[in-house]
Amino acid sequence: MKAKEIAELLNGRIVGCQDNNEELTNAFSSDLMSDVLRLGGKCSLLITGLCNIQTIRTAEMAEINTIILARGKTADEEMVEHAIDNDITIIETEYSIFKVSGLLYTHGINPMY
Amino acid sequence: MHYTFDIEKGNFTNAGNASGSVKKTLKQLNVDPSSIKRIVVALYEAEINAVAHAYGGKIDIDIDGDKIVMVVADQGPGIPNIELAMTEGYSTASQKVREMGFGAGMGLPNMKKNTDKLDIQTELGVGTTITMTVFLKN
Repeated sequence: MKAKEIAELLNGRIVGCQDNNEELTNAFSSDLMSDVLRLGGKCSLLITGLCNIQTIRTAEMAEINTIILARGKTADEEMVEHAIDNDITIIETEYSIFKVSGLLYTHGINPMY
Repeated sequence: MHYTFDIEKGNFTNAGNASGSVKKTLKQLNVDPSSIKRIVVALYEAEINAVAHAYGGKIDIDIDGDKIVMVVADQGPGIPNIELAMTEGYSTASQKVREMGFGAGMGLPNMKKNTDKLDIQTELGVGTTITMTVFLKN
């Protein structure tokens, strides 16, 4: 799925990098960035309720293309700027992590493990 | 090539600046992407640890033809028990560090996992110097 399709599915809003046309294939859900940094292999999507600059930094270091901020969290200006600088797309949604994960799973997004 | 970065106690806004900068440099040098990820994850963990635990410090990065050496030297409390600190899940992190998404006791184990050599020199009440080496595949 593309980031724009995911945003529509989650009734969400895209901030950060707007021209993301990458095919997103797998996801990891976590509020613990330490666990995100331990992932082996390529991860397309991070689903999280943790909303601070280190969420963006973690995606940057872990080569994650798109972050889904669940539970109604919204990125601040610093987060958005850093995401743009690093070609990271942020999708903000009111849905819970559980709902986001379930919806993406049923639409063909694979788990990391 | 040599780069130096400062570490400021408790400044989580800047934590990751060194890792992000090194990542851009390694990309420009056409270093293998899997090596880049290992290097920046290890350095980022070290940066977070230093910001979280130390009173300040310095990061020195040296890149030559076949390896990168990253030295993270802090002035801080030191590590009382390195063996314990290397155990996954052991953490002395503050609530603030946990709120940032870290402090799960994965930092040092993750640095070891992502580097070819990890050396830790620590002295209680003085500080800790972590030296990480990764051999590059171009």
